[in-house]
Amino acid sequence: MRLLVSDLTHRYDDLTVLDGIDLTLAEGEILAVIGPSGCGKSTLLGIAGGIVAPTSGSIRVEGEVPDGCLNPITFIFQDFALLPWRTVEDNIALVLEHHKLSAAERRERVDSGLRRMGLSEFRNALPKQLSGGMRQRVGIARALAVRPAMLLLDEPLSALDAQTRELLMDDFLELWRREKTTALYVTHNLDEALRLADRVCVLSRRPGRIRELVTIEVPRERRQEPSAQAHLAEVRGRLWHLMKAEAQMADREIARA
Amino acid sequence: MPDSLNPTVTPTASTAGQPVRFRGGGFTVKRHPWAALGAFAVLIGLWEGASRLGLASPLFLPPPSAVAHALAGMVTDGSLWLNLKASLARIAVGWVMGTAGGMLVGFAMGIFSTARAVGVPLVSAFFPIPKIALLPLFILWFGIGEPSKFATIGFGVFFPTVIATYSAIDQVPRNLIRMAQSFGLPWGSILRSIVLPGALPGILAGFRITASIALILVVAAEMIGAEYGIGAFVLMAGNLMQTDTLLAGVLVLSLLGLAIGTVLSQLERRLLNWR
Repeated sequence: MRLLVSDLTHRYDDLTVLDGIDLTLAEGEILAVIGPSGCGKSTLLGIAGGIVAPTSGSIRVEGEVPDGCLNPITFIFQDFALLPWRTVEDNIALVLEHHKLSAAERRERVDSGLRRMGLSEFRNALPKQLSGGMRQRVGIARALAVRPAMLLLDEPLSALDAQTRELLMDDFLELWRREKTTALYVTHNLDEALRLADRVCVLSRRPGRIRELVTIEVPRERRQEPSAQAHLAEVRGRLWHLMKAEAQMADREIARA
Repeated sequence: MPDSLNPTVTPTASTAGQPVRFRGGGFTVKRHPWAALGAFAVLIGLWEGASRLGLASPLFLPPPSAVAHALAGMVTDGSLWLNLKASLARIAVGWVMGTAGGMLVGFAMGIFSTARAVGVPLVSAFFPIPKIALLPLFILWFGIGEPSKFATIGFGVFFPTVIATYSAIDQVPRNLIRMAQSFGLPWGSILRSIVLPGALPGILAGFRITASIALILVVAAEMIGAEYGIGAFVLMAGNLMQTDTLLAGVLVLSLLGLAIGTVLSQLERRLLNWR
């Protein structure tokens, strides 16, 4: 599924957070969006997922949806957004409840999500009993259960510690190796962008405008190899150069939101 | 102390340098399981002793033994059950009516902005009225019998339930609702699967408040006009100067409050084990 954003602007009252965003996500592409806090990254994602209404401009999707897809555009949240009163299994089943599915298929979708995220032995656990990493795995399993055509990831690893973040990045890589799901990945972490994305979109400080779109030339699977390091270091340097100035200036502004 | 700073001299643990003084004590809660029992025993002992020694008149402050005796008498002559039954029935009917109505209105106010805009000023206006003041009016409307008591208790329970319910709905994390919307859950499912369970802790906390309001109101209403009921029983004992029986009635009320509290705690533990 492709995503087409054109001349998108968003204001909260008199505060402009996104200004004239034009962006196209190709089929199967992973685009990381980075930028300083408050630059409207999450708002962009909310608009793309239809849970925030944009002030002006258009956001459209086109293209095919995989077989058995129940919710083409699906979120993975920073705070996991799990229901604390439901077990792991029931949290995943929640998003299937309003669909007409056979009992067998319902079970299959829940079980395969659990299996792929290594959660099978925790199926009856409550969220409070799980570590942050396992909670986010439940969030991923829940997203996989609806067989999405496009994933919207809102800083999915920000609430996790560094080691857990590494482990989950591997999980994402494995996920994108198997399913070529288009993804918009919002983060403020350069490592995540450099490991996972095909292209990186740098947003300016508020009001968020596109500063630059950087393509990472090395394919995802080869980025751990020594030969890739020179290119990655160069991209990192460029991204950091762009981000640093924006972040410094954003840091010195008085927060209003 | 140059020695202790010199890495070539290995200090022995017990002699070199200064010990670090422990300064992290206090400000923690320690459990004293027998303290509560002891406090009751001492209080009852002092009270009984004061009475036996003639320091307190048994007519105005009968000793615990006399109260226990009166309570035993209530059990054997059946007056305990007769009066308790009447009070419990009033609490049950009034509380259920007030709670059902209050939750309905509270949910409406929690979900619909219009209902809230209309409801909040009305609730704020009616909530502070001591509901027992309305009993005479309810007696005129419904007669001296049961309905006027149900109405007083129901009315008293209704407003705190409304407030507890809509505040509880405000406490439901919005991110969970947005999550459900992003997966396309219909409105009814969001209400049933997210808003209702998410509001449950606040609603149950409201039950604790309304249960004690119901207990206060049933006693007050029974003192104004009832043949049976713990409130009527206590009033009658007072009129007859039977202070031991009076205190036995008060003891029953205290145990009743304790029992209701225990039931609610159990309910919370069962329903909110996810917290």
